[in-house]
Amino acid sequence: MSILAIQLLNSLFYASVLFLIAAGLSLIFGVMRIVNLAHGSLFAIGAYISAWLVGRAIGLGVPVIWLLLLIPVAALAVALIGIVIEPLLLRPFYRRAEEYQLLVTFGLLLILEDLMRLVWGGLPLTADTVMDAMPVVHIGGLVYPGYNILVIGIGIAAAVALWVVIYGTKFGVLLRATSQDRRMAAALGLNVGLVYVAAFAIGCFMAGLGGAIVVPSHAAVLGMGVEALVLAFVVVVVGGLGSLKGALVGALIVSFVRTAGIQFFPEVELAVLYLIAAVVLIARPTGLFGTA
Amino acid sequence: MKAAAIALPRLQTRFWPYAGAALVVVLASVPGMVGLYQTQLLTYGLIMAIAALGFNLLLGYTGLLSFGHSAYFGLGAYTVAFLLQWLGIHSMELYILLGLPVAAIISALFGYICVRHTRIFFGILTLALSQVLYSLALKFFWVTGGSDGLRVPRPTLLAGMIDFAGSGGFPRFIRSYYYYVLGIFVLSTAIMWVIVHSPFGKALQAIRDNETRARFLGLRIRRFRWAAFLLSGTFTGLAGILWVPLNGLTTPDVLYWPFSGEIVFLTLLGGFRNFSGPIVGGIAFTFLKTYAVASTEYWQLLLGTVLVVLILLLPTGIVGALSQVAKRLLAAKEIAR
Amino acid sequence: MSLLRTVELRKRFGALNACDGVDFAVERGEFLSLVGSNGAGKTTLVNLITAHLEPDSGRILFEDRDITGLSVSQRIKAGIARSFQLVNLFDGLSVFDNVALAIFARDGKTAKIATLAANDGDVRHEARAVLAEFGLAAKGELLAGELAQGERKLLDVAVAYALRPKLLFLDEPTSGVSSAEKAQIMDTVSSVVRSGAVTAVVIEHDMDVVFRYSDRIVMMHEGAFLADGPPDAIRANEAVTSILLGIS
Repeated sequence: MSILAIQLLNSLFYASVLFLIAAGLSLIFGVMRIVNLAHGSLFAIGAYISAWLVGRAIGLGVPVIWLLLLIPVAALAVALIGIVIEPLLLRPFYRRAEEYQLLVTFGLLLILEDLMRLVWGGLPLTADTVMDAMPVVHIGGLVYPGYNILVIGIGIAAAVALWVVIYGTKFGVLLRATSQDRRMAAALGLNVGLVYVAAFAIGCFMAGLGGAIVVPSHAAVLGMGVEALVLAFVVVVVGGLGSLKGALVGALIVSFVRTAGIQFFPEVELAVLYLIAAVVLIARPTGLFGTA
Repeated sequence: MKAAAIALPRLQTRFWPYAGAALVVVLASVPGMVGLYQTQLLTYGLIMAIAALGFNLLLGYTGLLSFGHSAYFGLGAYTVAFLLQWLGIHSMELYILLGLPVAAIISALFGYICVRHTRIFFGILTLALSQVLYSLALKFFWVTGGSDGLRVPRPTLLAGMIDFAGSGGFPRFIRSYYYYVLGIFVLSTAIMWVIVHSPFGKALQAIRDNETRARFLGLRIRRFRWAAFLLSGTFTGLAGILWVPLNGLTTPDVLYWPFSGEIVFLTLLGGFRNFSGPIVGGIAFTFLKTYAVASTEYWQLLLGTVLVVLILLLPTGIVGALSQVAKRLLAAKEIAR
Repeated sequence: MSLLRTVELRKRFGALNACDGVDFAVERGEFLSLVGSNGAGKTTLVNLITAHLEPDSGRILFEDRDITGLSVSQRIKAGIARSFQLVNLFDGLSVFDNVALAIFARDGKTAKIATLAANDGDVRHEARAVLAEFGLAAKGELLAGELAQGERKLLDVAVAYALRPKLLFLDEPTSGVSSAEKAQIMDTVSSVVRSGAVTAVVIEHDMDVVFRYSDRIVMMHEGAFLADGPPDAIRANEAVTSILLGIS
C-alpha cells in the first residue's frame, strides 16, 4: 500500500517536471507556431546552471535552505538566454517555410549541446545537497524524500500561475489573441514582436525551471535534453499541441504510464510511450485538447 | 521579374547525362588517386548520398518533412546484423535482397500511419515511430546487443566470389567495397532519376505544390504520398544495409532521432529543390562531419553553426546556389546578345 | 435530358443560408453565367456540385445519374471539372507540365513510375495543342509561378480544360486582371470552350463580360435563384436590373 503511494508520488514528481517542459513547448508553439527542437536542451541548461549555482553557493558557505532560491534564478537565466535567441535565430525565419524553422532549431540544439559540454565538461553535475537537506517524509513504514513533495508543489503552483497569467491577465489576452490570429493582432496594433519574445522567454523559463527542479534528484548529464525533448513531444502529442490543459493531462498520463511501465514492463517502457504517442496521433491528431 | 521572364534553354536535360557520365568516370578513378582513408570516406559519402536521395523524394518532391528517417537506415543496418547472427549469412547480395523487403514493409506500415497527417504532425509522428524502434533496439539488449550494438564483419561480395580474409584483406576490402557501393549508387541514382521524371514523379510534385488542385485533377493524394514514403524508406534502408559492413558495427545511435536530423541537414546542405542536391549534400556532409570531428571536440557546435549559417545564407543549398549563379550568367549572356 | 440537374440542394453555414433548395439545370452546350452579389451562394453551389462541399440535403444529377455521393475524383471521371478564383497552379512545375499532368491524370497514367513523362508522345502532343489553344504555347518551359497574372488565370482554365470535361465550372476567370486583359481572357476561354463542345458555367462579377459572352444568365440572391434567362431577357427584367445596378 505504501509502495503504491510512493509510486504515485514518483509519478507526480515526474509529471511536474514533464509538465513544465511540455507547457513551455506548447506555449511557444501555440503563440509562435514554432516547434522548438532545442527546447529539451534549454531544459538541460536549466539543470546545469542550477547544479552549478548550487555548487558555487555551497562553496561560499550559503545555508542550505537558501539554495532553494537558486531554482528560480536558474530558470530566469534560461529565460534570458531565450530572449537572446529569439531575435537572433528565430525572427529571421518567421516568414519562411516551416521546414527551415525546424532546421534552425535543430542547429540550435547541436550548438547548445556542445556549449554545455564546453562549459561544464562531460561529467555529470549534481545538486543532491539540496535534496538531502530537505526533511524526509514517512509513508507507511517507508521513507520518502520531502524534496519530491516540494517539486510536486512547484509543479502545481506553476500550473496555476500559468493558468492565471494566460486566462486572467491582460498580457494573457495578448498572448491568446496573437496565438489565434497573428495578422489580426498586428492589425489591431499589438506589438507582435514583443509578444513573441515574451512568449518565448516564458517558454524557456518553464523549461529551465523543469531542469532546475529535477537536478537535485537526477544529476545533469550530457544528452538529457535530447532525451527530454522526445518525451515532451509525447506529452504534447497526447495532450494536444498548444493547450495548457493538454500539457498537464498529457504529463500525468505519460508519467503514470512510464512509472507503471518501469514497474511491470521495463524493457518496453519507452517503446510503449512512443507507441501511445503514435496511437493518439492516429486516432486524434490534435491530441486530447489540442487546438492546432 | 515575372514580366521579364526569359525562357532559358532547358540545358539541364541534355547536360546531365554527360555531366553524370563524367562524374562516374571521376568517381571510378578515385581509389587509384587517393589513399585508403579517403576512399573509405567517399564510400560513406556515397552511402549517405543514397540515403539523401531517398529522403528527398519525400521532402523535395512530395513536400513532406520526415524527422524519423533514421528508422529505415537503422532497420537496414540491424537487418544485416540479424541475418548474420541468426542465419550466418555473409553474402552482401543476400543482405540487400533480404534487407530491402524489410525496409519496404516497415516503410509501408509507418507510411500508412503517417501520411494521414501533414506538416508538423507528420514530422512528429515520424519522429515518434523512429523512437519506438530506437527504444526497442536499446532495451531488448539480448537480441540487439543494446547500446553496445552488433558487430558485422566484412561480407563477401558478388555471390561469395570475393572475400576479404587473410592479410591485405582490409585494403582490398576498402577498394572493392568502394566500387561495389559506387555501382549501387549509380544504379540507385538512375532509378531515382526515372522515378522523379515519370508521370508518377510529376504527380508527386503537383501534390507538393498544390494539394487542392491535385485533388481536383482526380489524384488520390494519400495514396501517392504513401507510395513516395514507401520508396523513400526503402532507399534509405538500402543505405543502412550498405553502411553497416563498412562500419563493422551497428548501434542504436543510428536509430536515434538526432541522426534523422543529420539526414535532413545534409539534404538541405546540398539543396532539396533539385535532383543532385542530396547527392552533393550527402558527400559534402560526410566530409564536413569527419573534418569537424577530427578538428575539434566540439564538432556539434561547429556543425550546428554551419547549419544555421547555411539556412540563413544559402537556403537553396550548395546546388541551388550554384544553379542560381549559372542562371544569372546565362541570362546575362542572353541579354547581351 | 439536362446535362446537370440539382434537386432541392441545401447548404447552411450557421445562420447563413448559402443554398436554399436550389433546383439548377444546365443544358448541354450552354455557356452559362452565374451572377449575384457576394455571399449570394454562387461559389457554394459550385463547391457542392464539384464535391468540394457536402450538401445538407438534396440531390445532384449528372446525365440523369445521381452523383450526390460521389467523391471529387469520381465526379472528375464522370466529366465535371473546375478552375479556381484564386489561381491554383503547380508553381514548381513548368507551364507545359501543368497541362500535361492533367492529361496524365485523366488517362490514368499517373501510376507509371518506370517511364519518363517526357517520353509519352500522345500526352505531349495533346498538351502542346491545349497550350496553343490558350495562347500559352510560347511559355511552355517557364515555371507556372513565373507567369504574369493574366496568363496564370488562363493556365488555370487550361488545366481544367485539359481534363476534357463535359461540364466545366470557371470561378471568376477574369478577376484580378486589368480590363484590357479581361476581354482577351474571355475571348480565348469562350472560343476554346465552344469549339471543344464543353458546357461551361462561369461565375462572374463583371456584367459587361457576362452580357457579352453568355448564352444564358442565372442570377442568385441569398441562396436562391432570382432570374434565369438569355441576356436580353435579363436586361429587360426590371427587378434584376435594379439589383444589378447596385452590383456592377
